[in-house]
Amino acid sequence: MALKLSDLKTSAHNDWCPGCGDFGILNAVQMALAEMNVDPTNTVVVSGVGCSSKAPHFIKTYGVHTLHGRAVPFATGIKLANPNLEVVVEGGDGDGMGIGAGHFVNSGRRNVDMLYIIHDNEVYGLTKGQASPTLGLGMKPKSLPSPNINQAINPLMLAIASGYTWVARGYSYDVRHLKDLIIKGIHHKGYAFLDVLQPCPTYNDIQTKEYWAGEGNLDDAGRPKPRTYKLEETGYDGVVHNNAEAEVEQKIQQAILKSFEFGDHTPIGVLYQNEFVPTYEERLAGRSPSYKTSPPASQEIARPDGTPLANINKLLEDLRVF
Amino acid sequence: MIGGVQGSGVDTSAQFFAKAAAAGGLQVFGKREYYSNIKGEHSYFQVRVSKGTIRSHVDTVDMLATFEEETIFRHALEVRKEGAIIYDPDLDPKRLDQVPTIESNVRSVLNAELSKAGLSADVKGILELARRRGVHIYPVPYNEILKEVGAKHGETSLSTLQRMLNTMAVAASFALLSYDENVVKDAVRKQFKSKPKVAEMNADAVGAAYDYMEEKYGGSFSFRLTPEKVEGPRLFVRGNTVVAMAKELAGCRLQTYYPITPASDESEFLESHSEIELDGHTAHENPQAAENIALKAKGSIAVVQSEDEIAAVTMAIGGGLAGVRSSTSTSGPGFSLMAEGLGYAGMNEVPVVVTLYSRGGPSTGLPTRHEQGDLRFALYAGHGEFPRFVMASGDLEEVFYDTVRSFNYSEKYQTPVIHIVDKALANSDCTLGMFDVNRVKIDRGDFLKEITTAVNGEFKRFLHTPTGVSPRAPLGTKGGINWYTGDEHDELGHISEDPVNRDYMMDKRMGKLDLADREIPIAERVNFFGPENADITVISWGSTKGAILDAMEWLKSDGISVNFIQIRLINPFPTEYVAKLLSKARKIVGVEMNFSAQLVGVVREKTCIPIEQLVVKYNGRPMSAEELYDALKMIHEGKAPKKLVLKHGA
Ligand SMILES: Cc1ncc(C[n+]2csc(CCOP(=O)(O)OP(=O)(O)O)c2C)c(N)n1
Ligand code: SF4
Ligand SMILES: [Mg+2]
Repeated sequence: MALKLSDLKTSAHNDWCPGCGDFGILNAVQMALAEMNVDPTNTVVVSGVGCSSKAPHFIKTYGVHTLHGRAVPFATGIKLANPNLEVVVEGGDGDGMGIGAGHFVNSGRRNVDMLYIIHDNEVYGLTKGQASPTLGLGMKPKSLPSPNINQAINPLMLAIASGYTWVARGYSYDVRHLKDLIIKGIHHKGYAFLDVLQPCPTYNDIQTKEYWAGEGNLDDAGRPKPRTYKLEETGYDGVVHNNAEAEVEQKIQQAILKSFEFGDHTPIGVLYQNEFVPTYEERLAGRSPSYKTSPPASQEIARPDGTPLANINKLLEDLRVF
Repeated sequence: MIGGVQGSGVDTSAQFFAKAAAAGGLQVFGKREYYSNIKGEHSYFQVRVSKGTIRSHVDTVDMLATFEEETIFRHALEVRKEGAIIYDPDLDPKRLDQVPTIESNVRSVLNAELSKAGLSADVKGILELARRRGVHIYPVPYNEILKEVGAKHGETSLSTLQRMLNTMAVAASFALLSYDENVVKDAVRKQFKSKPKVAEMNADAVGAAYDYMEEKYGGSFSFRLTPEKVEGPRLFVRGNTVVAMAKELAGCRLQTYYPITPASDESEFLESHSEIELDGHTAHENPQAAENIALKAKGSIAVVQSEDEIAAVTMAIGGGLAGVRSSTSTSGPGFSLMAEGLGYAGMNEVPVVVTLYSRGGPSTGLPTRHEQGDLRFALYAGHGEFPRFVMASGDLEEVFYDTVRSFNYSEKYQTPVIHIVDKALANSDCTLGMFDVNRVKIDRGDFLKEITTAVNGEFKRFLHTPTGVSPRAPLGTKGGINWYTGDEHDELGHISEDPVNRDYMMDKRMGKLDLADREIPIAERVNFFGPENADITVISWGSTKGAILDAMEWLKSDGISVNFIQIRLINPFPTEYVAKLLSKARKIVGVEMNFSAQLVGVVREKTCIPIEQLVVKYNGRPMSAEELYDALKMIHEGKAPKKLVLKHGA
């Protein structure tokens, strides 16, 4: 039975501000899951804490709204315990690259097979608009008392440097394009990172919906020129096709160069993709082959009478002295 | 005692000594002391051997073996009258001021003693002082003997030969004790069983050491060590390993950790044994499982080294949410980082086990030393109020069964469980009878394999129930879905700030502790030793158990009766039972390895019974049976201050 978009909606009250970019991302996620016809009982959306992290409550799959900055390790534990689950992580830019920066980087080294979506609004929405790690130096959205004196992180470059094997950017009001990116990110074998430009009308009066639509960015004919462009329309190919060392290097360099484009000419689409890197699940199976055939969540551990199934006699035998 | 420079094989020789003694049917208890250092600092291993049960270490040294000067300076004067020191005579001229790693206060005490005795401040001098105090001194020219052994095997490489120093020192000690040479040879062969040539050379080194000792010192030492006949199998195990094996047996299938002493050894053991043997079972017992097992002859534990302890605990909680028995192991500094995660597990009723190896704090503290300073923190870590279990084991046997229980409690009551295993247990090696795996039962609590109660596809994970425990379905269970959040939530797991719901949920979560208090038998929570009525009642927890039991026995022969309440499950606290015992006590003594007697505070809080007399120790070295014996005796004679601080240890 095909999944309808309405099947993925919940009755939980959505308290995002009117016009918030989070709505676009939520729609795109629901559309993607519907189009993929996922089994909601086999899908888990994991989030941190922030406006954006309330998302799981609005999606009718299993939802785990965790701690500020910790969505990724929670999700890692869930996925490694049950690799058959479809795991999608959502969170804010502060959540992922401020308090959760250590996890952002180190999870890149693991390449667990899941998708991580960051709602990038350049502010801390839920705590009333302070500067987030993606807000540029000298910027002053209306919620800041004085201009930002920290530099911005480049999330795409950080993801590539950390080892993410699929790196993309989307825009929350280009919902169809975003939906396609989400589907690709979920299908990707390995750890996928999707940075989504997300207007926060309440606190960020710089990167607004109008700003991305091209307000004040006029072409020769005097018409507003959108500040985003689609990579795939330029013939850009971020995919590693045959895993030659030189090819991987070239694709990484090209993606890093692209990641610098921000502002008047901001690329959206897939910057980098490499499916030749083994996933963490495969690496665990390399250490213990049974991880693949019987991952933790599918293992029986006891008989009905409670006696354990594990047989530790060999371990004990090794320690016997008499 | 075997001492030497860290990284020079002290551990290996002590293990070898202990295993050879154990192979002769003797009981062994080994305690390892080392600096937070990899190479160069002093370390020593104390091995106690006996025909009967041993539960603790003692301060006096009967025999000291070493091939290095620092050990001699530090420990020669700890050897008791009629005891023995076996050493390399090449060390005689080494001067005390040439050992930079000896602390200046230790150095000045030694200098003073030596100059008072008119002796030189070198190895020769200090050994002479020991000799005057009645210690037998046995010089053994290890290198000469080694060269002969090498010549026989055509081995001339000095470094290869040096590696047999450990074997030699151990063999010389056993020879002096007239212990059966063949038992020692067998033990060394077993040690090197993967390298037959090395094994033979080492066995010959044992023979050569025996010959030398016999020829030179035959019959000069009056102690004898004789192999014993033992009934049934016996193990020689270390605390960390016991926890790891018990976790596999208990069904733990996700272990996360960030490296920290003295916890990481456990995770590393799990990592190197991550394939798990499963017992096949018949379709008759469990048709569905039997089918699985037929396909999957083995299980697997995923061991993940995380980027920090915040990730370690949150990954483990993720595993718990997915229905897998999950745990993480750490010690003080790492546990500090886990506080917020614990609260999440409490709030969302997620089973997760934290094995907390307690070491000297605060901050980095004494990273490789012993302390029981984290009890209060384990009880309260995290903001707000949520239920948790805190348990502490007293010896390696308890560690095994308690580890299994920790998972049962956490699933049955759907709470985080903190299992405290102190450093003294983590790093002690001892002989034990075989664990009885048939005694082990797994109880997963109200755990659903399929959701049948969903309304509109939504499952009430936090359903109102009379007990407060709601049926739990892991993420991925068919038949419904639900949510989790660190915010206060309704039955579905959606955010709710409704005051009525809040009261209900708080009562539900916290009420599980009362439920556990009613359901868990006292025998799992408290051990009571000794006569019902006694001159002294000791109350304590954790690894002090061994020293207390030993001291009790010695006091008994002095006509002083002692009983002992050992609390194993500290939260929920067995209030009623402990209050009853304490109200009958004549003189209560709180014994703990921390500054402020933390359990005594908990006892007072729970039972309103004050405990005035304390015996505490916080110098980083475990309590010995002797110092505790002395302390209790002093207390009995009315000569002790209210807070008696024990200070032994090097
Ligand atoms: C440990 C901790 N520190 C601080 C907070 C307060 N806090 C809640 S949300 C938030 C920032 C949210 O910003 P972001 O992650 O960018 O999400 P957004 O609201 O913008 O979607 C902070 C600091 C918290 N919940 N936990
Ligand atoms: S504060 Fe900003 S990010 Fe948060 S809900 Fe409102 S508009 Fe959205
Ligand atoms: Mg934000």
